[in-house]
Amino acid sequence: MMPKNVLGIVYSNSYDASLGALTARRTMGSVPFGGRYRLIDFPLSNLVNSGVTKVGVIANSNFRSLMDHVGSGRPWDLSRKVDGLTMLPQFTPTVVDGNNRIDSLSRIMDFISYAKQEYVVLMDSNFVCNTDLSKLFDFHSKKNADITIAYCTGTLPKLLNQAVLDVNEDAKVTNIGIDVKTTADVNYSANIILIRKALLERLIGDAQSYAYTSFEKDILQKNVSTLNIYGYKIPEWNCTVDSMNTYFEANMELLKKECRRELFNDSTPVYTKVRNDMPVVYGITSECKNSLIADGCQIEGTVRNSIIFRGARVAKGAVVENSILMQDAFVGEDAKLNCVIMDKNTVITPKKVLSGDKSYPLFVGKEIVI
Amino acid sequence: MAKKTECIAMLLAGGQGSRLGVLTKNIAKPAVPYGGKYRIIDFPLSNCVNSGIYTVGVLTQYQPLELNDYIGNGGPWDLDRANGGVHILSPYQQIKGTEWYKGTANAIYQNIQFIDRYNPEYVAVLSGDHIYKMDYAKMLQFHKDKDAACTIAMLEVPWEEASRFGLMFTDDDDRITAFEEKPKNPKSNKASMGVYMFTWSKLRQYLIDDENDPNSSNDFGKNVIPAMHEAGERLFAYGFEGYWKDVGTIDSLWEANLDLLNPKANIDLSDSTWKIYGRGNATAPQYVSDKAVIENSIAAAGCEIEGKIDYSVLFSDVTVEEGAFVDYSIIMPGAVIKKGAVVQYAMVAENAVIEEGAVVGENPEKCEDLEKWGVSVVGAGVNVGKNAKVKAQSMISEDVKEGETV
Repeated sequence: MMPKNVLGIVYSNSYDASLGALTARRTMGSVPFGGRYRLIDFPLSNLVNSGVTKVGVIANSNFRSLMDHVGSGRPWDLSRKVDGLTMLPQFTPTVVDGNNRIDSLSRIMDFISYAKQEYVVLMDSNFVCNTDLSKLFDFHSKKNADITIAYCTGTLPKLLNQAVLDVNEDAKVTNIGIDVKTTADVNYSANIILIRKALLERLIGDAQSYAYTSFEKDILQKNVSTLNIYGYKIPEWNCTVDSMNTYFEANMELLKKECRRELFNDSTPVYTKVRNDMPVVYGITSECKNSLIADGCQIEGTVRNSIIFRGARVAKGAVVENSILMQDAFVGEDAKLNCVIMDKNTVITPKKVLSGDKSYPLFVGKEIVI
Repeated sequence: MAKKTECIAMLLAGGQGSRLGVLTKNIAKPAVPYGGKYRIIDFPLSNCVNSGIYTVGVLTQYQPLELNDYIGNGGPWDLDRANGGVHILSPYQQIKGTEWYKGTANAIYQNIQFIDRYNPEYVAVLSGDHIYKMDYAKMLQFHKDKDAACTIAMLEVPWEEASRFGLMFTDDDDRITAFEEKPKNPKSNKASMGVYMFTWSKLRQYLIDDENDPNSSNDFGKNVIPAMHEAGERLFAYGFEGYWKDVGTIDSLWEANLDLLNPKANIDLSDSTWKIYGRGNATAPQYVSDKAVIENSIAAAGCEIEGKIDYSVLFSDVTVEEGAFVDYSIIMPGAVIKKGAVVQYAMVAENAVIEEGAVVGENPEKCEDLEKWGVSVVGAGVNVGKNAKVKAQSMISEDVKEGETV
């Protein structure tokens, strides 16, 4: 299958509610991640690196920061005359539930129908991975599948309508469970779904006439015996962000060399909006250990086991440990932070001491001054 | 015909920069990396955009491949425009034959047609090898206020350095009364920065006259400006205050990089109102490991730092392994400093590899003969073998074998 023949559809609002305060004023897609990225950079880069040329981004609510970040799609080379990136913001008077895939898709059905691509790949924003989707496309053709669902094996993410797949030795999906109660390792859907456009049009049309609401239950689960549904196991390192905790842990994973090697490489870079910051400046009094630091930071104090986003500053005498400082956060002199997530533009005034726990990081909301 | 544009800029980027030796072996001087993530040309280009000049002709001649590739459509500087934008202007074939750019003035002369398309009132002529942040709009206003034919940006330099520059004498109204080119005993400390603002109708005529003069070397400083001065044109000096450095030599390039670590040097690249733009690649944030010690340094995205870094500038994707020591040095993109290697008072160019235990450069404080001390340079892609030694002032363009001293 030619990647050019696949239309990418990315949900920016996927599971917004699971991150609470972090998505109070932004979409899941625009949640900062890994020092310089936003979560949507991963699906967009995966699509582009796999050869997909046309991408639609569904934005139902809270999408100002997303629009600002994605813009014309230029950082992903998707600002094109032919194909390229299209933002698909909510424009109906009734607010659509961000998690209702059927509603979201029916609303953009004309966009999908007009596209010349024969296949559609649906993706979420809360799945962090650097994966070659063209392998999934080839898998789909080889299996002559109607639907291919990409899955991972591990602990089930705590997400609404999370699908669990039973996959036989031929990789065929024999059964789909929704919201299964288990703590064992399972094959859970990464919510990357490849489907022929004509079939998607029919399924969404039917779902609307029956007033179905759940893509997972009413489309995937109901059709598991009538359609050829196959499961494609994602071989690369990945993480599904389903809570503040997994968000924190996924960021901290990046301090491991193996994980960085998997997520960042020269041949399939993760693209993001360029900020043109200067390189990191380390002062005479700086001490920095086991940390990921983005451009534009000024480190005068001590930073350990932390992720520091673009433009953040740590003043003299300050100690930042096991923490995430988002864009332009400022930690004043002699302040001490442990297990804290500081959102964008936050300020910790001098000598303050803040501490959370690795299992419950303390979150400081956007633009708050402490 | 393009839309009429009040002021356009012509950026002289054809120089070889032979004094930079191995650093300009395959690239033009303006493409030389600077400051952790920039190239020299980012400064004049960003100054243009920040000053509201959106039409820029870049005159290239020497090894233009990398420079052309880097500038591309000008997108990173916001210079991909429907009207104007950045244009690469290389020498071209004409009916009377093919001619290289013979001098700075001839380079502009050969592109009169390009300039005329925009029918500008004013043309800024800039050089592509200086590090500075300057608002050309203010200089243009000064030029208009003085009703000048040519305005030259001027910097008051320390008297002891004045003899290295082209100097100007001015009256109370800042009008230039005389020039002095690199005199032994300077009587002025007002140095020309190589930044010119011309009234195009005037410059156009002087360029044609200069071209018709067989004895001219077709240079702005040597021929065109003196000719304008002799003819009694209104020449003014526009005083500039701030950081400015010609990075034409190894020492000055090294110093200019380290100036970024010196708060007194007055070059602040973190100023969000005057950003310096550059073409970035999509590299991950840098990682600093448990074993790393990094102080008073600048490091760009994609670096993996496990060694000790002091008073140095690391460009993107540089690897410094455990136990390695980088001191007073500039490490360009993709270079690798392996375990236990020492790089001090040196510049290491792109993708060079310093193998385990090798020592590049010498500390002047431990150097017996200071006359022989100087910054060491390792060229792009060069491999310095295990336990090899690169002496002070050495400039390496070929691989150094294991244990060898050069």
